[in-house]
Amino acid sequence: MSATPLLELRGIDKSFGPVQVLRDVALSAYPGEVTALVGDNGAGKSTLVKCISGIYPTDAGEFVFDGRPVSINSPRDAAELGIEVVYQDLALCDNLDIVQNMFLGREKRNGIMLDEPTMEQMAAETLAGLSVRTVKSLRQHVSSLSGGQRQTVAIAKAVLWNSKLVILDEPTAALGVAQTAQVLELVRRLADNGLAVVLISHNMNDVFAVSDRIAALYLGQMVAQVRTTDITHAQVVELITAGRSGGLGLAAETGANGNGAASADRTTTEGAS
Amino acid sequence: MSTTAVKQEGPAAVVSAPTIGSHARDYWRRVRGGDIGALPAVGGLLVLCTIFSIMRPSFLTAGNFANLFTQGAAVTLIAMGLVFVLLLGEIDLSAGFASGVCAAVLANVVTVFGHPWYVAVLAAVLTGMVIGTALGFLVAKVGIPSFVVTLAGFLAFQGVVLLLMEEGRNISVRDPVLVAIANRNLPPALGWALVALAVAGFAVVQLLRYRKRAARGLVNDPLAMVLTRIGVLALVLGVAVYVLNLERSRNVLISSLKGVPIVVPVIAVLLVLWTFVLQRTSYGRHIYAVGGNKEAALRAGINVDRIRISVFVICSTMAATGGIVAASRANSVDPNTGGSNVLLYAVGAAVIGGTSLFGGKGRVLDAVLGGAVVAVIDNGMGLMGYSSGVKYVVTGVVLLLAASVDALSRRRAAATGNR
Repeated sequence: MSATPLLELRGIDKSFGPVQVLRDVALSAYPGEVTALVGDNGAGKSTLVKCISGIYPTDAGEFVFDGRPVSINSPRDAAELGIEVVYQDLALCDNLDIVQNMFLGREKRNGIMLDEPTMEQMAAETLAGLSVRTVKSLRQHVSSLSGGQRQTVAIAKAVLWNSKLVILDEPTAALGVAQTAQVLELVRRLADNGLAVVLISHNMNDVFAVSDRIAALYLGQMVAQVRTTDITHAQVVELITAGRSGGLGLAAETGANGNGAASADRTTTEGAS
Repeated sequence: MSTTAVKQEGPAAVVSAPTIGSHARDYWRRVRGGDIGALPAVGGLLVLCTIFSIMRPSFLTAGNFANLFTQGAAVTLIAMGLVFVLLLGEIDLSAGFASGVCAAVLANVVTVFGHPWYVAVLAAVLTGMVIGTALGFLVAKVGIPSFVVTLAGFLAFQGVVLLLMEEGRNISVRDPVLVAIANRNLPPALGWALVALAVAGFAVVQLLRYRKRAARGLVNDPLAMVLTRIGVLALVLGVAVYVLNLERSRNVLISSLKGVPIVVPVIAVLLVLWTFVLQRTSYGRHIYAVGGNKEAALRAGINVDRIRISVFVICSTMAATGGIVAASRANSVDPNTGGSNVLLYAVGAAVIGGTSLFGGKGRVLDAVLGGAVVAVIDNGMGLMGYSSGVKYVVTGVVLLLAASVDALSRRRAAATGNR
């Protein structure tokens, strides 16, 4: 579809002390498309997301957003660019209601007073725009919602701010079949509305159901970025588990292993020095 | 998108407008789901008052009613500050002696150095702010658990009071303005004027909100409900002021004693102020958010450390006001001001009122309701002639009871998915 990516990462490095978690990672997210970010546990998916959202600083690499280079140093920077993240553990406050959660940290105000009617109205419009009709009242506490409803609120919170890029970290991990279908439909709708969506998932069915592109991380390296139509289920699994599949992924087996071992040595010596 | 479109499409419009009946049903469902709020405090207050009135008719006199306010005022003020700390799931064990330190500063400034009362009050409040900032810094920035920091404060402030009192001397407070706070009453007419002002103010706020929401097509409480709220407030305030305006003097020829104690409007103003801060400002919203889910608050871009420090500042500052009232009531400050049971009564007041020890749930009003319960127990048992030993035991049991209600309702809520 669209030729220029909304967000382009190049050469991202990130270490926690001696452990290098991300190595020379590149990632592109296109408007109107769902980019699935896949990888095994510990491949660095969540770390990459936290780098994009400004929670972790990166050690090296560049961000290009909307055609211009940017630096993201805090969650606020990311939010100002229009990047919103829906976290795996949801990051909702159980003791607040839906409207309060959706506007948390960015409340609408009238002088020093909160402008509740405006917030409630905007929340209602956003949920209506996403065709969400399952919540009983906007003023009910988030604690009384089901898992799917909570995920819906978290996603609605992310799109409330005219965001351009929404990153979803395992949005269906804790959901039942029907709720998963509901959330995936919502994810698809976000992309159809013109947003760039990055979907992190373990579930191949989810990935193939909604994504336009697949980006596979293997031990902190981006081993492939391909269109979903150009790749099979089995190939993706191979990329995730072995880092390569036929012509895709890391160059050659010996090279990949040698490379991995070398980098492991390098990181340990770095840590020791 | 126009408002009318939202009215038809919005998920809010899917539900029918609530009626009084549906409100009652919702409330009952919440109570059964473990969200009992101030119910134990209000219920306990009614039960206690009934028992004491039957056992000791002198409990139910205008004079004793007025006494309740002055007796409970200091603890209630400290409890109001503690609510903020408890909302974050933290604790401030030093609040009692912090109020003692502030009272000692007040007494020194006004009596020993002879400055006017407002300088002394300012000095006391500033002392509270400094104490709170130090505690908050140690908790939020250094990372020591609040329990330990404030336990250390509890010991250290006890010592500071002794030092300020020069080893146990007692400093009297004779300034007429300071003494008036807890010992003088408003003229009856002024009491009525304040009630009218409060009810009118509440009515305007409520009705404006109703109109604003109706104009935008948002789900609204039924008008009857809004009017009932206003009516209940008018009734409660009206009865209270009527009783307080009765003649309480044993011998009218010697002196007349009637009117609302000055400390009551002081508490009322602070109650309104802090309730506004908690419910209507983004700062207050952020306090609830940090108490409910610190991680979520952090990700929402809230400066969690600043919130944590600020609640300790508010708590110690309110402790300072409590100390001022205590000094006023006793006409003096001694090394035990803010000591003995003050802190536990204050924590008890907040928890009995319905503020959760686990954070994220509570209102400033809870402190006032719980403070009333504590004051009634203390006062009623005193009238029945029980020793202070029995009083301590009973208050301790009531505090435990309130904490168990808090913990059990939390479990119940978790089981029913309410929290």
